[in-house]
Amino acid sequence: MTTTFVPSVKKRQIMELAESGKRIDGRSLMDYRQLDVQVGVVEKAEGSAAVHLGGTYVVAGVKIQPEKPFSDTPDEGVMTVNSEFVSMASPEFEPGPPDIKSIELARVVDRGLRESKMIDTKKMCIHAGKLVWTTFIDVFILDHCGNLIDAAAYAALSALLNAKMPELDAKDIKREASSIIIDELTPQEGWKETTFSVAEGRTITPERKKKPLPIRAIPIAVTMAKIGDKFFVDPSKDEEEVMDCRMTVTFTDEGNICAMQKGEPGPLTPEEVARAVEIARTKYNEIRDRLPIPEEALKAVKAKDKDKS
Amino acid sequence: MSKTHLINDGIRYDGRRLDELRPIKFQLGILNNADGSAYVEWGRTKIIVGIMGPREAHPKHLAMADRCRVEALYRMATFSVGERKSPAPARREHEISKVIKEALEPAIFVELYPRATIDIYAEVIQADGSTRCAAISAAALALTDAGIPMRDLVCSVAVGKVEGQLVLDVMDEEDKQGDSDMPVAMMPNKNLVTLIQMDGLLTQDEFNRGLELAKRGCMEVHKKQKEALEEHFKKSMNSEMEEA
Repeated sequence: MTTTFVPSVKKRQIMELAESGKRIDGRSLMDYRQLDVQVGVVEKAEGSAAVHLGGTYVVAGVKIQPEKPFSDTPDEGVMTVNSEFVSMASPEFEPGPPDIKSIELARVVDRGLRESKMIDTKKMCIHAGKLVWTTFIDVFILDHCGNLIDAAAYAALSALLNAKMPELDAKDIKREASSIIIDELTPQEGWKETTFSVAEGRTITPERKKKPLPIRAIPIAVTMAKIGDKFFVDPSKDEEEVMDCRMTVTFTDEGNICAMQKGEPGPLTPEEVARAVEIARTKYNEIRDRLPIPEEALKAVKAKDKDKS
Repeated sequence: MSKTHLINDGIRYDGRRLDELRPIKFQLGILNNADGSAYVEWGRTKIIVGIMGPREAHPKHLAMADRCRVEALYRMATFSVGERKSPAPARREHEISKVIKEALEPAIFVELYPRATIDIYAEVIQADGSTRCAAISAAALALTDAGIPMRDLVCSVAVGKVEGQLVLDVMDEEDKQGDSDMPVAMMPNKNLVTLIQMDGLLTQDEFNRGLELAKRGCMEVHKKQKEALEEHFKKSMNSEMEEA
């Protein structure tokens, strides 16, 4: 067994420090660790982002491909989030099929993106009933130093916000759905007809007509650990190992919650749940401002907010 | 289908000469949890390698009394290729894992760690040809970063035949449209080959010249590995001195 034991001594130390509002790594209870996001790290993906949150390191990639729609939503694009705990990320991660924690992580990230209606799925339809754009978001956890959910959520969000999807004009869409795939979308086939230009570092990027995704919201997840009677925002691995429970709250904007997840067995009072939600709300703007959000996405979200009011 | 020329007047599709490597950048010690790690950008090929171990062999009955086990796991990220790859490991990944392990094992002093396991994890973030060569070259550095005693580094490069001409360091398009592909890994100071695979057609003479070319390429990769090692250890020495 490779279980890491954080002795009860450490739990006591964490709780004692928290009495004076401090943490073992020097942060205050409400502080995030340093957040560093790099987008466009994988040129072959339609969108990608590498996120360092303290020592935690994750990479998300977005692939956008034409697929058959679900029969109950024939004119809407499809989105799926998948995550993988790579074995080098922690001695606890074993190779093999995704474990239950990685499935939970993917589903919590998925819920935040989906329920905020971040992507306008109706605009991801190519040919109703036949072909729609499917957005695959895959998050790879490469280094586990705590709070994988937020790191994965920010990576997925940043990758989507900066993704570019193929642009089809009306003429293309009129053609048979199946021939669209062959003519325009398979990169291996497509490159022969496209012109190439020599870009930085002598790598070659095919020039295809591309556009950003139809973005309508910027959902921000905030995760905290409850240890004793205190919440610790952005828990480190040490804190996660001694926490009683974990709360993730995702806001779509400053006023609306779109997803929540309580994890681990420790219970919460209703007042504590309300406090967790309040903490997440106060963090919304701070985190959003730390992410690389393209100007046009911000504008689109603001325009949508205006429509509502 | 019209044939596209990959080589024009001795200049390749991406502007390289026939015997020229792509730009290669190694970086060591990029992960906190892994015992050793390295990142490589090899043209557009991008790979992260993490080493776990030497650690207790699991399951226990696989432990060897007189030496450690070496395991490699080569995986491609779903978004590393043009069309999304299924997350389930393919037969190709299993085979490459095996040859990577066998390419590196001879360089490791396995007898120093009886009953233990060294796990080598290579995660391909973007695949653009020669991923196994890049993974092996980076893994050798990651093993060094893990402080595992080694007989030699291992460096690797692929030689291919494209439109009848031998080329060094095969990239994706050349692999797909080329006539043959021959990845080679070597222990440069021992002058020993630890990996060789070949597919496609080569004449005896082309093979001889190809192997020579691969040897030269390996030495160039080795130079880059040494530079990365030097930079890494200089940096960690400096930070230690600052702390003192």
